[in-house]
Amino acid sequence: MQKSKLGIDFNKVQHARDVAGKIAADVQRFADNYTTVAVERTLCRLVGIDDVDDAGVPFPNVLADDLKNKNVLEHGTLFFLGNAIIGTGQTPQQIAERVASGSLDITAFPFRPKEEIARALQPFVDASIRQISERRKKREHYLETIGEGRRPYLYVIVATGNIYEDVVQAEAAARQGADIIAVIRTTGQSLLDYVPYGATTEGFGGTYATQENFRIMRSALDKVGEEIGRYIRLCNYCSGLCMPEIAAMGALEGLDVMLNDALYGILFRDINMQRTMVDQFMSRVINGFAGVIINTGEDNYLTTADAVEEAHTVLASDLINEQLALLAGLPEEQMGLGHAFEMDPDLENGFLLELAQAQLIREIFPKAPLKYMPPTKFMTGNIFKGHLQDALFNTVGVWTSQGIQLLGMPTEAIHTPFMSDRYLSIENARYIFNNMRNIGDEVEFKEGGIIQGRAKEVLDKTIALLEELQEEGLFRALEKGIFGNIKRAKTGGKGLAGVSVKGEHYYNPFINLMNPEHKTRNTKHEKL
Amino acid sequence: MSEGLYNTRSNDFDQTLDLTGIKPYGDTMNDGKTQLSFTLPVPAGDEAIEAARQLLRKMGFNNPQVVYYKELKEGFTFFNCYGSYTGSIDYTQIRVPKVSSTKWDIPQTDEFIKERIGRKIVVVGASTGSDAHTVGIDAIMNMKGFAGRYGLERYSMFEAVNMGSQVLNEDLIAKGIEMNADALLVSQTVTQKDVHIKNMIELVEMLEAEGLREKVILCAGGPRISHELAKELGYDAGFGMNTYADDVASFIAQEMERRINKTPT
Repeated sequence: MQKSKLGIDFNKVQHARDVAGKIAADVQRFADNYTTVAVERTLCRLVGIDDVDDAGVPFPNVLADDLKNKNVLEHGTLFFLGNAIIGTGQTPQQIAERVASGSLDITAFPFRPKEEIARALQPFVDASIRQISERRKKREHYLETIGEGRRPYLYVIVATGNIYEDVVQAEAAARQGADIIAVIRTTGQSLLDYVPYGATTEGFGGTYATQENFRIMRSALDKVGEEIGRYIRLCNYCSGLCMPEIAAMGALEGLDVMLNDALYGILFRDINMQRTMVDQFMSRVINGFAGVIINTGEDNYLTTADAVEEAHTVLASDLINEQLALLAGLPEEQMGLGHAFEMDPDLENGFLLELAQAQLIREIFPKAPLKYMPPTKFMTGNIFKGHLQDALFNTVGVWTSQGIQLLGMPTEAIHTPFMSDRYLSIENARYIFNNMRNIGDEVEFKEGGIIQGRAKEVLDKTIALLEELQEEGLFRALEKGIFGNIKRAKTGGKGLAGVSVKGEHYYNPFINLMNPEHKTRNTKHEKL
Repeated sequence: MSEGLYNTRSNDFDQTLDLTGIKPYGDTMNDGKTQLSFTLPVPAGDEAIEAARQLLRKMGFNNPQVVYYKELKEGFTFFNCYGSYTGSIDYTQIRVPKVSSTKWDIPQTDEFIKERIGRKIVVVGASTGSDAHTVGIDAIMNMKGFAGRYGLERYSMFEAVNMGSQVLNEDLIAKGIEMNADALLVSQTVTQKDVHIKNMIELVEMLEAEGLREKVILCAGGPRISHELAKELGYDAGFGMNTYADDVASFIAQEMERRINKTPT
């Protein structure tokens, strides 16, 4: 039995996990029966369809929209592509281009049996599986040869809007000691129902996530990593209406970390919950297979809700995210479950409460590369105090062995980071991590003290919440505003029109190839 | 580099406070002491330090000191500097447009609305355009508020509808019409490339086109928003840093009463 510095009862933790497992299984039963336009576009990408038509519409969108408009999305793009490949002898890319130009009706070919469809698609399916596996091996090779930074990994963002300027900023950050570079997406991209194409130089508060931008940054980081002798991970955002598509693009281009939360889009972008649940499953299957570490977004709850009162919602959501990720075949070692240092700095002993919560999450998810978010809500523009708040955050990070430390910037709440802001925050973290490296091994917590008491309280409240969630079901709970005090309707939000029950011809070989444990169902026992 | 660091010279400037010519204050009146930090796109070295010092002189600083520098990456050097500013400002001539309302607490505002308006004030708020930040609008509208200042939902005489983030201007207007709103609140956090200005102007133009502009009290808020900017863009008030729900609530209540009872500002 694992020893707890917090004196928590691991039987209780197991119970919490069991309840979360039931909640997740319930959601999975739903997700298995549906597909979405985003999932179908993802499958197009995974059989080699890329590029945009004359009007700038990505070919994956052309195909998915065509099927949706003809009310046959339920059978999925691969079924129709398979028939068309057999009928024309052309590649998926050529077929998509002909659909775009109006010279081919992809639904007009005779329906072939599943085995023939599978055979026709096989070379294209194999090619992307091979490319993703090779990408993964390349990362693993780098880790074995040039190595990586110590945990907690130093994670910084770049957000210039221009991918080429981002490269300059990212190289500087890597040289200063950053282990993970996240390219923040342009504001609003999560609500686009397509992925922009090509290299981009214009964005607001961030840079478009495109496959070409991924390629540009990945190759720049490989270069700098080889020079400084440390593998630099690249992070992007697998969220919003193109969640699984971005996962596929990231897997093909060797991204290492993806923001990929089951609930975030529902709560913070008002994306329909049914759409999100189906999309998150496919995206996590891909991320799991590609060896990508996912980051979940629980820290965001605390930007809208109070960090002391609502700490248990973070832990409950981490447990649900963990169970959903396991169902998608994503191992614990790739789960960057999220939490945050977001208490009001005026709170007496706030540091002790933060320490208790961070340690609690560490003990509950011992294998996970936990993602720890810095203070944002109470950053004021006083850069000097902000730097101190970040120092306390870094102290908790190294003390409780967090996996990924998202470095806070003294200029948070003022502007997207300058090159010098990133330097100051990396210096702050490196100083503290080095100076306090083994404090977690040396210091134990007073029995029955503030820290132990807080941890037990949060765990108990988490269990009560999970039991309530199991009773209600996750969808009902989201409608009642359990997370982040935000209420969402099951049939509200964006993207519901892109959800379809799987039909009798539905075919998606990637789930079983990438996650052999999973049993896909094609029945339709639940109506939308 | 340490020029003047342990300077024992007596200060040879006038040390009396003169509000018609104020300067930054370090530890002696009119010493002009200012701290600056910036990055220059040159490699670290003596030339870089000299470049930083010359830059400070050009900015109007005497006795420029580079107290720390560090090469951030090849060809980029970061500096921490001090200098004594030579210019001054006439403080007595400063005029800043301000929201002309008295700040009240919740019971005072609720009481005022009950007595002088006689019904709940309906407020619809949103973080508009592509802006995904909800912290600002939540701080003003939600029950919980921010930093101990409760939001409009806590007031008994406000009906507050928070539409959240990434709301289109047309959707905000539609909700305003549906709710028969007395006031619209717009939150803007992302200001890169002046995206907030375009968005704020668009809302005013759309309201004018619908003939609604004069019918609602229109307020904007955000860390980079000032009352002056908001007025310039055609808003009734702007709420910047360090303003909270009570500032907004007091303004809306008093402005509405003024409009109803036609009292001059």
